[in-house]
Parts: sequence; C-alpha cells; structure tokens
Amino acid sequence: MGSAVLATRGVSVRFGGVHALADVDFEAEAGAITAIIGPNGAGKTTLLNVISGMVAPSGGSIRFDGRDITAAPAHERARAGMVRTFQNLEIFSNMTVLENVAMGCHGRLSVPAWHSMLRTPRSRRIEADIRREAMEALEFVGMAEYAQATAKDLAFGRQRALELARALAARPRLLLLDEPAAGLNIAETQALAAMIVRIRDTYGLSVILVEHDMELVMGISDAIMVLCFGQTISRGTPTQVQKDPKVVAAYLGGDEE
Amino acid sequence: MDPSSLLQYLITGLTLGSTYGLTALGFTIIFNTTGVINFAQGEFVMLGGMMSVYFTRVLGLGEPVAVVLAVVGATVAGALVERLAIRPVRDCPTINLIIITIGVSILIRGLAMLAWGKDTHVLEPFSGDRPIMVLGAAVMPQALWVLAVSLLLLAGLKAFFSGTIHGKAMLACSHDPKAASLVGIGVQRMVLLSFMISALVGAVGGVILTPITMTSYDVGIMLGLKGFAACILGGLGNPFGAAAGGVILGVLESLGAGFVSSAYKDALAFVILLALLFVKPSGLFGLKDTKRV
Amino acid sequence: MSYRKDMIWLGCFFVLLMLAPAALPNNYFLTILILGCLHSLNAVGLCLLVGHAGQISLGHAGFYGLAAYASAWLSATAGWPVEASMLAGVALTVAVSFLIGMPSLKLKGHYLAMATLGFGIILSILFTETVDITGGPSGFVGIPRLSFFGREVKKDLALYRVVAGVLCLAVWLAFNLLHSRIGRALRALHTSEKAAQAMGVDIARYKLFVFVLSAAFSAVAGVLYAHYLTFIAPSSFGFMFSVELIVMVVLGGMVSVPGAIVGAFFVTVLPEFLRAFENIEVVLFGAILILCMMFMPDGMAGGWNRLWARVRRAWAARGASGAAHG
Repeated sequence: MGSAVLATRGVSVRFGGVHALADVDFEAEAGAITAIIGPNGAGKTTLLNVISGMVAPSGGSIRFDGRDITAAPAHERARAGMVRTFQNLEIFSNMTVLENVAMGCHGRLSVPAWHSMLRTPRSRRIEADIRREAMEALEFVGMAEYAQATAKDLAFGRQRALELARALAARPRLLLLDEPAAGLNIAETQALAAMIVRIRDTYGLSVILVEHDMELVMGISDAIMVLCFGQTISRGTPTQVQKDPKVVAAYLGGDEE
Repeated sequence: MDPSSLLQYLITGLTLGSTYGLTALGFTIIFNTTGVINFAQGEFVMLGGMMSVYFTRVLGLGEPVAVVLAVVGATVAGALVERLAIRPVRDCPTINLIIITIGVSILIRGLAMLAWGKDTHVLEPFSGDRPIMVLGAAVMPQALWVLAVSLLLLAGLKAFFSGTIHGKAMLACSHDPKAASLVGIGVQRMVLLSFMISALVGAVGGVILTPITMTSYDVGIMLGLKGFAACILGGLGNPFGAAAGGVILGVLESLGAGFVSSAYKDALAFVILLALLFVKPSGLFGLKDTKRV
Repeated sequence: MSYRKDMIWLGCFFVLLMLAPAALPNNYFLTILILGCLHSLNAVGLCLLVGHAGQISLGHAGFYGLAAYASAWLSATAGWPVEASMLAGVALTVAVSFLIGMPSLKLKGHYLAMATLGFGIILSILFTETVDITGGPSGFVGIPRLSFFGREVKKDLALYRVVAGVLCLAVWLAFNLLHSRIGRALRALHTSEKAAQAMGVDIARYKLFVFVLSAAFSAVAGVLYAHYLTFIAPSSFGFMFSVELIVMVVLGGMVSVPGAIVGAFFVTVLPEFLRAFENIEVVLFGAILILCMMFMPDGMAGGWNRLWARVRRAWAARGASGAAHG
C-alpha cells in the first residue's frame, strides 16, 4: 500500500464541556478501505465531520494528500477530491435522480456563470458532459432506469445507492461513507459490500468507512481504527482488532450497543 | 460636552433601550424554540401601546386596568398567531414560516389601522409628568417606571427559565428539540408558550414606553427592526444578552441623536446591525460562534 | 419543466405582450401594462432569490428606488446622458447590494431578511430627508425621458415595447440560469446546505450571486421606471412595496418564473378593483401571504392544478359509478 492519503494529528472536538474527540490521530492509506468503528457516541461521525469540514476541530490538524486542509471549508475539500455520504440521507429530495447525481459533477465540470446565463456553446457542452457522466455513475450503481424519477419517491435502499452515485460522479480520490448500511437488509448490505470493493478497484480511490455492521466492516476493510468515548483505543487489521482485549471490553461495556 | 446633558441623554437612552431590549428578548425566545425570526414581534409592542390607549380613551377604563388588559390582550394575540398561523405549517421550511410572520405582521398592522386609524396617540404617564431633577438632568417619573418594570420582568424571566419546570423545558427545546421531545417535553406546547411570553414581554415594553414616545399603528416596524438589531448586538440566541444589547443600542442612539444628528437617528441601529454582521456576527455576548457557512 | 417548454412559454408570452396594447381601449391601460412589466422584472429576480436560493429580501424596493434616484440625479442634475445615468444607476445598485449581501449571507440563517429590511427603511429615510438631492417627500421632478443615442422614446407604446423586451430578456436569462448547473446548485442548497457543500458548492457565494443578480433586475426596472414616468417620489419605494414584491412571488408559487409574472400583474391590477375600499390593500396582502403559505405554497398555479385534479377525479369517479350502474 502507498502512503497516507489522509491523516489527522491530535484532533479534538468539544461540544459544550463534553469531549467528543480527544487527541485523535488517524490515517487512511491510499487505495485502502479504512474503517472507523466503536460503540454509540464514540465520536465516529464527528471524526468524519471533522475530516469533511462540517465540524471545526478545537485542536489538531488534518492533511489531505500531504496538504494541510484544517482551515479549508467543506466545499473546498470536496473540490479537492474528498466526497462524503451521510448517515441520515441528504438527497436533494425535490430534484430528479439524474439531477441529484449531476450535482456530484458540480465542482469538477465548471464554467463561469455568464456562460450559463447566456447558454453559450461552452455552457451547453458542459451540461452535456455533466449529463453523460451522471448517467455513467447511475449505471455503475445500477440505477440508470430511475434517472427521471423524483428522488424522494425512491425506496430507501435506492436512495442510499443514489447518494453513492452522486458521490462517485464527483470522481473523488477519497470517499467518506457514513454508515452506508444503516437501514439496509442483509441482502442489500451484502450487495453494498461488493459495491464498495468494486468502486475502490474500478476507480482506484481510497475509502473511509464509518459503520456499525461488523460483518461488513470485517469483510472488506484493510485497516480499522476503534474509537471509544472520543479516544482511539485500538488500530490494525481486522484480525488484530478483533483480538484486542480493549476492543472486546469496550463493546461488552458499551451496553447501549 | 457638559455632564448634565450627557446624563440626560444616558437616561433617555436607557429608557428607550429598555423597550428595545424587551423586544429583542421576545425575538430570542421565539428564535430559540423555532429557529424563526418572528417579523411580527414589533406588532406585539405596538398592540401593547395601542390597546392601552384604546382601553383608556374609548372604553374609559382606569389606566392600571387598561394596561393589564392590553398586556393580556397582546398575549392572547401571540397565542392566536401561534395556533392559527404557525402550528398548522410547523413542518414547512423555515422560509415559509418567516414569510408567514411577515404576513402576520402586516395583517396586524393593517387591522390596527382599520380599527384605530392612522393618528398618533399618547398615554398618560403612570405617575404624573413632573420631572425629578438629578444632578442637573430632568428625569421623567415614567422613565423610572420603564426601568423598574423592565428589571422586574427580566428578573421574573430569569427565575422562570432557571427555576420552573416549564422554563427549563423551553431551554431544553432551544438546545435540541428532538432530544427534548424524546424526554417527553411537548415541543408544540413550548412553541405556544414562547409566542405568548414574547408577546407579553413585547407588549409590556410597548405599554411602558407609550407615555414617553407616543404610539400609532405603524410603530411596530421600527421597534421590531431595532429590537432585532439589539438581538444581533447582544448575540442571537442569548435572551439576556439581547436585553443588554437593547440597552446599549438605546444609549448609542440617544447619544448619536444628541451629539450628532437627530434626523438620522433611526439609521444608526441599522448601521450597527450591518457593522456587526461584518465584524462580529456572534454579538457581544454570543453564547457560541454564529455558524458561518 | 424542460428548457424547451420554458422557451415555448417565453415565446408565447412575448407575442402576447406585443399584441396586448392593440386590445387596450386607452392609454391608461398601457400605463398599467408598463408598470406590470416593471413589477414583473422585479418579481422574476426575487423569484430566483426567494424560491430557488431560499433567502428573503425585504429591501428590493430600496434597490428599485436607489437605481431610480441615482439615474434621475445623474441625468437631471448632473447632466449625464440618459444611457450613461441608467448604467451608472444599475452599477451603483449592484455594488450596494454586494456590500449588504456579503456579510449577511455568510451567516447561516435568515439574516438577509432583516439586513435588507433595515437597508430599505434607511433608504426611504434618505430619499425623504436629503431634500437637496432627491426633492424630499414631494418627489424628484424633471427627469429626462428614456432615450437612445440622443433619440427620445416619446410614445408610450414605443417605451412599452422596450420595457416588455427587457422583461423577456430577463426571463430568458433566468430560464437559462435555472436550467444550468447554477440553477441545480441553488435548488440543491435550498434542500440541503450540508449536501450541497459536500458536492463542492460554495453556498455563500451562490446566495450572494443570486442576491446581487436579483438586485440588478430590480435596478434595471428602477431606471426604466424613472425615465418612463419622469417623476419619482419616496412613497413608491417604501417597505410596503418590498412586501408587495414578496406577495407577487408567493402568489406565483415561489419557484415559478411565469408564476411570479402572473403574481406581479395580479398585484398591479388589484388596486384598480379595490378603489372602493380604502386602505384595505395592506390587510389583504397580509392575508394573502399567510393563506398562500398555509394552503397553496405552490402558488395560484399549484392551487389551480390541485383543484382541477380534484374536479377531474370527481368527474372520473362519477363516470365510473355511472358506468357501473349502467
């Protein structure tokens, strides 16, 4: 495996008096699927929010591709090649499926505003490119036939796939998945696991995965970090982590799981 | 500048500022439970003043009775607004709710105009109009009423928020409505309560100020706007910061009118508002940094 | 709606605007038509801002007025050519809207509504108080009539054609924008700011862009207004006009450009029917805002469609039961 595509150093987040994250060092290798797991309230989603720029850390730094992005706003990180999905779906419910996915191309296929307003040939070319690439992404997740449907009318599992297609349309180098299996049944989860691996292999991108479903995590992850009460308690390969007594204790102690 | 006129402006500013502060407090209370900037807030202030005038002049009631009735009336109006216009659309996007409050505001203003006309009205001061001389400055007894009533109301609200179950529940709603409803707090009840308290506080502000500044059907826009500027000054989301912001705004405005120009004194609140949005959107006493996008 | 359908609509609308004067009995109606077009121009810009970017402005009357007064002063007092004054008036308004929008739109929430409300009120104070420049409450008189390259547009009919043409141009720009990546980004950030950001949309910049664009539309309407009437007064640019603009957009269903235009003409014509009831407009506008938001958030067109669908369903049900009986 290559070097770290993403690294956090000493990241801390405080909400009021509570330490949601304390001094977290995290690394994701390029081309790998790296999972972040831990009991409820461990700070997994917070870490993902810090990485994607939705939450500002109170301390520490984040590097993406060797560049310090600690102060960069979320949209700049997205344009730099880091795209995320959301635990509680954030689809554009009133737009069509195709338009949703087209939003994925937004940062990458760009044209000055006056071209759009005057509908210049260049603007039309870009719109055609966006359409084509959005369709490709939809085909990749097997949803081409729903292109013209309104996003909110889709079944829940398809909405998850839609978010994935939208993220893929951005051609990210790093894909952040926030509990992608939440709300899916066993068959859907298995299909999702295969899809994540296929995405990594096809596009050669890196994946950071926050997930509760242990079977999914253990099955596809190259590396795992375990968070508990905002602190890193273990890291390593799936086998190493599974054997770590601290992890076992954290999960057995974490009754709310 | 000579000290006695400075003192005079300060007292005028404190008096005006108390009403701005109470209006600002009303904004904050509703904003905290609903996330909506209630454009009708200024109308509650207007209702307080105009209803007092109506009850004394037209119905011939004694002023104490009229004042209490006016405040009760405005509170009922606040409850009606929530029940009839806000609750039925509570799941709509915030922008729809804000447009509704704009509609409510001009509807109330229009009805007030149709009912009571376009004239400017005064209310008798609560205890005479013989000024008390303090260090060379003339203090109207009504100014003392304004300060005393405002402080009492603030103390009462403080006790309500920190000492009663309803007050604590309202605070909980403002922090996290979903969590609040999970622990069994009726969020809808709290929203109703917040509209009633806001209307009450606003109406009190309107009633006590009317003997000094007079009132008419359209004073609500300006008072509402200044109350909002005070809110930003004190930090939107922090009720007592907002009240303090109102006092500061009132004093600044009074000093500005006294020493610079009175023609543009209404512009000052807006200049302060924009300046704050530029440099310190979280306000002077903001609890947390206002979220930048 | 597809781009094609919108273009067909625009074509029909243009033809209708060009034919309309022929059907009018006298010049008075032409005045209403011109005002309707100017209001529509305002409403189309505001529709982009309110309906698509999800931001409220209560100060667009201020932008309308600022451009009108600036162009009036430059042409009448400073003696600039009308074309140059109009350009400068629009440019000034755009610059001012940028200054108002920038700090307010960086913040999460609806600060713009209050900032623009304050701005609008301050401007009407300025229009009234600076008597030496604006003529004060009694208004600014003697504004030169609209002219191009020294040739004055004398006839109201010719001026109406200019205004209608500008309106159609603005609608064309708006449609282009809405059917592009920018339009998508606006709708996206209206639904979920978080997700829009995650897709690389700089939401503060987009909101600011639309706000300034809508102010520019109002400014163009404002300068045309000034050089059409040749007289302007502060009362035309007050808070109530800002509210009326919002009413137009809300009546039109917020997101629909044709809807906003229909709303604009409706609000323009309404006072003609309310002559008998003095002062009732305010109450009516308040009621319209509340009731529209409660019962037909998609505006008159949406309300009509739903009513029509219900009638058709009822008709179909009757037909079906009739068939069963028969």
